[in-house]
Amino acid sequence: MSRMKKTEPENFGAFSRRNFFKSLGTVAATAATAQVQSVAAELEKVNSEKIIGPNAVPVTLTVNGEKLQLLLEPRVTLLDALRNYSSLTGAKEGCDRATCGACTVLLGDTPIYACSKLAIEAQDQEITTVEGLAKNDKLTKVQQAFLDKDALQCGYCTPGFVMSVTALLKKNPHPNADDVKHACAGNTCRCGTHPRIIQAALKAAGVEVASKTEVIDYV
Amino acid sequence: MSNWPAETKVIGQSTPRIDGAVKVTGKARYSSDIQAVGWLYGMILRSKWPAAKISSVNLDKARQIPGIKAAVPVRDGAFTIRYYGEEIAAVCGTSKQACLDALRAIEVVADVKHEFVVNEREALKENSARVWDSGPNAPANPRPRENGNVDKAFSECDAVIEGFYSTPVQIHNPMETMGNTVSWTEEGLTAWSSTQGISSVRDGLAGALKLDHSKVRVITEYMGGGFGAKFGAGVEGVLAAKLSKEAKAPVRLMLTRFDQALAVGNRPSSFQKIKIGAKADGTLHAFEGENYGTAGIGAGGDSGGGGGGADIPMPYIYKVPNTRVKQSEVAVNAGAARAFRAPGHPPGSYGMESAMDDLAAKLGMDPLELRLKNDPHPIRQREYKLGAEKFGWREKYKKPGSSPGVVKTGIGCAGAAWPAGGGDRGTQGDAQINPDGTIEFRLGVQDIGTGTRTVIAVVAAELLGLKPEQITVRVGDTNFPPGPGSGGSTTAASVSPAVFDICQKALAQLQTQSGLADARGENWFAACKKLGVSPLVVHGQWQPNLSADRACGVQFAEVEVDTETGLVTLKKVVAVHDCGLIIDKLTLESQINGGVIMGMGYALYEERVMDDLSGVMLNPNFETYKLPGIADVPDIEVVLINMPERGVIGIGEPATVPTAGAIANAVFNAIGVRVGSLPITPAKILAALGKVPPAVSA
Repeated sequence: MSRMKKTEPENFGAFSRRNFFKSLGTVAATAATAQVQSVAAELEKVNSEKIIGPNAVPVTLTVNGEKLQLLLEPRVTLLDALRNYSSLTGAKEGCDRATCGACTVLLGDTPIYACSKLAIEAQDQEITTVEGLAKNDKLTKVQQAFLDKDALQCGYCTPGFVMSVTALLKKNPHPNADDVKHACAGNTCRCGTHPRIIQAALKAAGVEVASKTEVIDYV
Repeated sequence: MSNWPAETKVIGQSTPRIDGAVKVTGKARYSSDIQAVGWLYGMILRSKWPAAKISSVNLDKARQIPGIKAAVPVRDGAFTIRYYGEEIAAVCGTSKQACLDALRAIEVVADVKHEFVVNEREALKENSARVWDSGPNAPANPRPRENGNVDKAFSECDAVIEGFYSTPVQIHNPMETMGNTVSWTEEGLTAWSSTQGISSVRDGLAGALKLDHSKVRVITEYMGGGFGAKFGAGVEGVLAAKLSKEAKAPVRLMLTRFDQALAVGNRPSSFQKIKIGAKADGTLHAFEGENYGTAGIGAGGDSGGGGGGADIPMPYIYKVPNTRVKQSEVAVNAGAARAFRAPGHPPGSYGMESAMDDLAAKLGMDPLELRLKNDPHPIRQREYKLGAEKFGWREKYKKPGSSPGVVKTGIGCAGAAWPAGGGDRGTQGDAQINPDGTIEFRLGVQDIGTGTRTVIAVVAAELLGLKPEQITVRVGDTNFPPGPGSGGSTTAASVSPAVFDICQKALAQLQTQSGLADARGENWFAACKKLGVSPLVVHGQWQPNLSADRACGVQFAEVEVDTETGLVTLKKVVAVHDCGLIIDKLTLESQINGGVIMGMGYALYEERVMDDLSGVMLNPNFETYKLPGIADVPDIEVVLINMPERGVIGIGEPATVPTAGAIANAVFNAIGVRVGSLPITPAKILAALGKVPPAVSA
């Protein structure tokens, strides 16, 4: 479904967690304090776990019902994986630190910030991006309502808001304006389209809110 | 009178934007979504010092990071850093992770110059650190501009007030950061740019890289907002081009949110000392205004992005017979200002309109009456009257500070003028009409979210007797006939007359070639069919008598102020605006909503916070630089004054001008004391009420 961006299977970075703990262990062994015991215990626990990375590892994501097989460093976020290692650029990067919501995708039915989830941690769940909503080019009710109500301007935040409202309606098919505000509290829009987003969400739930705009001739 | 048809079927209706479907499905490819074949990720290393002399930048270790394909310094040899966040070097590689590693591996040898100043008041002092070696941070004695005899006039006044009003540096923060994907090969350079001006980016890149204009192509299919900051090629654009050349691959270099806050423009601050005097009946008689503000290093040096000086219009929209105005720009060690949605006007409106309400209080007058007495513009007079009725001003108005209880309510109003807005006379466009009746418009303009594509489709549909969805609109490519930059609220007034001309010519030719007397509407397909096998291509350009400049606007705000927490809740805004012939009611209302909400952020939340000691910006992100959220926005009612006889006028800028002044006045009306500093935070409210000590630097 999407073009895989080739990554070079080279040795990224100089650090590894294993090396870090190894060196820590050497230091710890020379000091005879109570803390050594806990460090040693931690070391043993870490060494018994399967260590992934730091080199690129195979990652399988289930996005919009299709398998996406990628070779990613473990530190690659879900958003980075979608936008930069596949052609799914619908989820946008606005801040890359969980404050703007432009990257909102669904994990199962739950809206999440794709910028703050590692791709390797998202492997066992169904991921839905904005590209996965409309089936056979037919807009969903939410998308159609955004279009009808002009709940977008530049449109860069729009995929995030569409996903947040979609998640809300799955959980609560009959929300009121306050429910919409709560559901979209984690999404930022700079063009100032918020009033229209509330109207669109309510319209998608079957409640038409009339525009209060009035046109008056000057004369 | 304008040449637009008197009766319209499509123009003036609510037309959903024609690119809405691709935007809500994620199919729209923004500049930051471009994945050119073999593309590389690019990132910029920025200064962690507010002032330093860089003697060398060693990129060898960065180049050795696995995956890194190129690294370039911002300039060769030694150079001076003048603000925290200034560009030092850039790298590109096969992943963001590789770039992050490489940025850490760059070795910068710097003489860290500790002399810097980030605070406007400090920068004005004689012994202040100097931002530019060439001179002081501000002119010693700015020349006053005086009309009439101000000193004498003040002695003739019955009421005089003096106030101090300040506004912060505001950051544009479009949702899509600035940046480009640049591919530079021997054939030429292509930049997919997140810009408001494809032509200005093309010219900027060609100039900086010494390329023929014909070798540079700029494409902006979709972009995520600009608000004035995105006109130039930018340091980031030039760096991306250099990286592309060195790496022999396309490079996508988008700024991070952190980068965006520091280095690519802002609205200058203002510190306004205003004195107004009036006669007993409220007639303004004397005005004295002193203002200074910072445009960062742009005051006194290169602004980097054009526009964005710190001067403001004083005494704004009012005509006062005796005025004296003194203004100066002061340089500080911070990123330069750029044009920002109605440059100069939101602070100008806020300061003057605050002073007007303070004067009204002194005169014991209703502030709306004071405005009706003094506002010289007939359109705003009408807007105030209409808006007051819709808002319920007379029923709601009470004297400042007379609201009972802990949570106090208040109302305020303010006015706007936007001088530009006429069209760009150089705007051109083509249309190709195919024998199957499809029609494609090609204009070298860009749609920054205001709905330019839709405006073109609506105008064409009206004149050709078709539906907007039957019109294909292609914009955002310098290979198309030249169009304007999207700034100054000029875009609609630029493209509409050009589309008008194209349509007139197309119909004339189509009628001649087909022999039909009228090719419009139901005859369209029959006429097109008679073209045979050759499509008809027509070229048109901007024509007079179809657009105008200058727009007015007034806004009314209602707030609740919690006097225990200091929290201001904006309850309602009535926005009354004129913009000539209304093309699309739906997208027009969206822009006014957006202007109000941006003005709300300016009034209540937004502020660049600099640390005086370290010279660092403390809030270069969205968690500490507060933007209005969906739960903050008030009930907004829009009233549009329809004036089709004036032709097309833009609305983007006037809509954000009066909001902060109206909100500030509503807060004053609620609590009876003036908070003379934006943003009006809970701390400032409580300090104004004497409940907490004022902040040290307030």
